[in-house]
Amino acid sequence: MVPVNYYIILSAILFTLGALGVLVRRNPLIIFMSIELMLNSANLAMVAFSSAIKSFSGQIFVFFVIAVAAAEVAVGLALIVQIFKSRHSINVDEMNNLKG
Amino acid sequence: MLLSETTSNGFFFLAPWIVFFPLLGLLTNLIFGGWFMKQPWGEKAVGWIASAASGAAFVASALLAYSVSAAHGEMMRWTIGEWIHIGTLQLDWTFRVDSLSTTMMLVVSGVGTLIHIYAIGYMREDVRFKSDLGRYQRFFVFFNLFIVAMMILVGGDSYMMLFVGWEGVGLCSFLLIGFWYEMDTLARPSWANSNAAKKAFIANRIGDFGFLIAAFIMFWTFRSFQFDQVFEAAKNIPPGIIVAITLFMLIGVAGKSAQIPLYVWLPDAMAGPTPVSALIHAATMVTAGVYLIARSAPLYSLVPQAQNIVAMTGAVTALFAATIAVGQYDIKKVLAYSTISQLGFMVAAVGMGAYVAGMFHLVTHAFFKALLFLSAGSVILGLERGHHHLAHHEGHPSTSLRAGSEHEGNHSEEVFDPGDMRNMGGLRKTMPVTFWLYMIGTLALAGIVPFAGFWSKDEILLDANLHYPIVYWLLTIAAFFTAFYMGRQIWMVFFGEARHEAAAHAEESKPIITAPLMVLAALSILGGALNLPFEGFHNLTQWLGHTLGEVEAGDLNWMVAGISTVLALVAILVSWLIYGRNPLTKGQPDPLKKPLGFIFTGMENKWFVDEIYWAAFVDRYVDISRFLADVIDWRFWHDWFHDKVIAGTYNWLANVALNRYADQKGIDAFANLLGAATAKLSATLRKVQNGFVRSYALSILLGVVLILGYLLLK
Repeated sequence: MVPVNYYIILSAILFTLGALGVLVRRNPLIIFMSIELMLNSANLAMVAFSSAIKSFSGQIFVFFVIAVAAAEVAVGLALIVQIFKSRHSINVDEMNNLKG
Repeated sequence: MLLSETTSNGFFFLAPWIVFFPLLGLLTNLIFGGWFMKQPWGEKAVGWIASAASGAAFVASALLAYSVSAAHGEMMRWTIGEWIHIGTLQLDWTFRVDSLSTTMMLVVSGVGTLIHIYAIGYMREDVRFKSDLGRYQRFFVFFNLFIVAMMILVGGDSYMMLFVGWEGVGLCSFLLIGFWYEMDTLARPSWANSNAAKKAFIANRIGDFGFLIAAFIMFWTFRSFQFDQVFEAAKNIPPGIIVAITLFMLIGVAGKSAQIPLYVWLPDAMAGPTPVSALIHAATMVTAGVYLIARSAPLYSLVPQAQNIVAMTGAVTALFAATIAVGQYDIKKVLAYSTISQLGFMVAAVGMGAYVAGMFHLVTHAFFKALLFLSAGSVILGLERGHHHLAHHEGHPSTSLRAGSEHEGNHSEEVFDPGDMRNMGGLRKTMPVTFWLYMIGTLALAGIVPFAGFWSKDEILLDANLHYPIVYWLLTIAAFFTAFYMGRQIWMVFFGEARHEAAAHAEESKPIITAPLMVLAALSILGGALNLPFEGFHNLTQWLGHTLGEVEAGDLNWMVAGISTVLALVAILVSWLIYGRNPLTKGQPDPLKKPLGFIFTGMENKWFVDEIYWAAFVDRYVDISRFLADVIDWRFWHDWFHDKVIAGTYNWLANVALNRYADQKGIDAFANLLGAATAKLSATLRKVQNGFVRSYALSILLGVVLILGYLLLK
């Protein structure tokens, strides 16, 4: 049985990669993928803890997170499509209309 | 009603009713008079109710006098209620019934009732000549009010209650002098009558100021206003204070009783209807000052210096006014100056300590001067009737009541003056009753034996002869002038030929007018019997002695009586030589004018006293008022203090201190600072909002890391 620490370390690495991806990439699709990465790293951690403490509540959380992530992506992709339609670009650095 | 201090038999319980009876009459006429006046019998009802009210007061006074006499002159107090109770001051509405006050009550209500009855007839014609029938009711309300006030004056047991009456009669005097306030004595539109009323009021106010000062000193010294308490305490007080009290009181007396220097209002007061002149300005109100001094006899007796001044004031007034009376042409003005002169006699008498003589003269003078005034009123009415009759006769029928006066304006150049003796003459034929009544009054005033005036005047002269030779001579000369001006008046009015058509057609007055005069004439003839200067006949002396203490009763001094009688007869003879033998003809100047020259001009013009007062006081007063109004009030207070100081300070405060400094540099600056600070802060913070989504994401990450770090390391 793989110790829970390994899962946590893997989860932390995945989360860090996802966060870095959000910060450094300009393509919103990549950013979404990075967000998915972060969410799934959290899912991984929860499933690992769930199995470790013999409780299903973590796994139920994971289902919720997957559902929310799916909804988020659906909304996000719709937004991106609309933005591309109006600006012909999806570079996030160019979306600075709310700049102070 | 409270019980009196001492219980006694008699009618003392009637004491308050001398005030309540006329008060009831007044209220009845005030409330129902308007309705009465709409009835055909309204005038009679109003007049008789007022007369009955005064008559009831007379009956009450008579019963009170009887009670005093039955109690052997014992004084009685009757309290009807509390007035002022402050600290040690205990002032009640208390009536004092003694021989002195009942004598005054009898005179006031007795003569008052007769004059009320006379006024029923007189005012009936007066309101028709002046075309304002509604004022009939007002007249009798005022007349009853006067009786109320006068009864409070003579019935009060303290100087303060006396003062209430004193002011009350002053008010009634003012109201009745200005009774026809919108016209002059000849019924022309003018403010002359109201000015006369104001003059009387102001002159009396100066006198009242003296009275009040006397009352204040009295209260400060004695802590009481009650007569007996004051007199008792006065014995242990330094005479200087008593002198001050008595002399300040003399100012009040000079105002009310028309003595030098405040007498000037009384001749002008003749603007009132004739019953008013008779009742208020001859018989009763003007004698209030004499009563005040007689009432304060215990005070005056303590200070001979003050007595001297009072006696000299009276004597000088008596002579001075008598000389003016010689030069007057108005029938009522002659009587007015005569009244001042006779009041001088009374004041001189009470000043000399001859209180009984003064009171005696007060009583007889009330009879014969009321008689003279009312007869003069009858003469004036007779002439007005004659004038009216003429106007109708000459084909100017008048339908409106105002026509009488309009008529005069239209058809003759000069307005007819029914009071001017130069318009009269020969009236003894057209008005025989009035003539005889007037003769009786004249003989009484001139001091011919055995009329009332002889005995009372003689008693004054007798006392003066004993103690005050200067006063005696002044009064004797005044008596000579008295007989002279009365003789002059009789010759001018009743003898000779009519100098005006109206006098030729004069008509005798009705019995309602002459009947009260006959009673007064009887009193003028017999009034001397009150106090004959023979042993056993000193009735009034004994009677008043109950109140005034034992007074020496003078017996007849043949020399004094002889001199005054001879002088009076000589004066009448002289007046006959001048005015009787060769009667005045129409338009002829007074025969004295030429031989006396400027002296007569002085007499004619009242020695220019009014003009002198005008220049010395009224003009100066106007100057002071102008100075106060123009310089002090306008230039100093308004222009300088108000505009410059107050408004200037305010403007400086508003513009400079508050606006420029507090507002602009304080509040504005603070608000601007807040705005600038916010702008600056936002300028800095705006840079955070750079529009890069990834930098926002970084911020979130850092924030989460920080919070998590904090939670972990906590």
